[in-house]
Amino acid sequence: MTTRIVELRQGILKKNDELARGLRSRFEAAGVLVLNLVSSPGTGKTEFLQRTLHELIVSGAKAAALVGDLETDNDARRLAASGAPVRQINTHGICHLEAEMVAKHLEGWDLAGLDYLFIENVGNLVCPSSYDLGEKIRVALLSVTEGEDKPLKYPTLYNSADVAVITKVDIAEAVAFDRETALRNISEIRPGIRIFETSAKTGAGMAEWLAYLSDLKTR
Amino acid sequence: MHELSIIASIVDSVTQTMAAYPGSRVKEVRLRVGALASVIEDSLQFCYEIATQGTPLEGSALIVKILPVSMHCDRCAQEVEIPSLQSFRCPICDQPLTDMRQGRELELDSIEIEEVEATA
Repeated sequence: MTTRIVELRQGILKKNDELARGLRSRFEAAGVLVLNLVSSPGTGKTEFLQRTLHELIVSGAKAAALVGDLETDNDARRLAASGAPVRQINTHGICHLEAEMVAKHLEGWDLAGLDYLFIENVGNLVCPSSYDLGEKIRVALLSVTEGEDKPLKYPTLYNSADVAVITKVDIAEAVAFDRETALRNISEIRPGIRIFETSAKTGAGMAEWLAYLSDLKTR
Repeated sequence: MHELSIIASIVDSVTQTMAAYPGSRVKEVRLRVGALASVIEDSLQFCYEIATQGTPLEGSALIVKILPVSMHCDRCAQEVEIPSLQSFRCPICDQPLTDMRQGRELELDSIEIEEVEATA
């Protein structure tokens, strides 16, 4: 009996990575800007996205959303109130979205007719960071109720983000949110990252966020 | 907890590879995992034992090599290892760093197989 080493040298998630690369080319060819929203459950991704979709549509832009959840289509129904086309992806227990789920749920949509496509990931600060969905921009959200040290506890997610959004700033004072520490912690994990401080409720910071989206689109 | 889907991908790949080595058995499966890959070795090992049952990988060992995060520092003109995942700064000159060279790997590196002599 002899033993031998067989070199494989392959990415474990190569199937997902290949699918994501295919999606990225499709999105670029169609001229749609795709953003992947990641955060813990309860950060207010849906509320933030609902306001974003509403404001984009009012401004005449074409925006759509895919929303991932373990179960229920509650979020899709909330988002559809913005008037944007929305589809729910139920992962049935899987803690993150994968490129294949995104591809499947795009069927029948005219991507070339869209300016923006938002993918709201499953609320989870660990697993979604490993799965490329073909997005151009990964948005990490942090709410003022979560604690300023969250970025330090979950460096993988914040380090893989292109932009950060702080949500619920309208209640920052009530929950004794330490803004300086939060900003410093995010920047310590992802130096140079742009950070938006927003409230979907009052609209604070939304103008800057929308200007950023518009700028990405024209760049 | 996406370690189970990661192990399932490994089982698929290794099972495919083993089709080319009939009569052989898998002794070891070796992974290279970056410190920022967001997987936990204990969970991988736990899932591995369960998910390999009844597959050609059953009874084999999973060897996980953790790779530290390494980034390029312009100021020091070299690649530096980041000692803490709570601060992405050069350990030599303290400059914030963004140019990652290693740390997100999630790779199936190699397998060790035991070849059984072919019988006539």
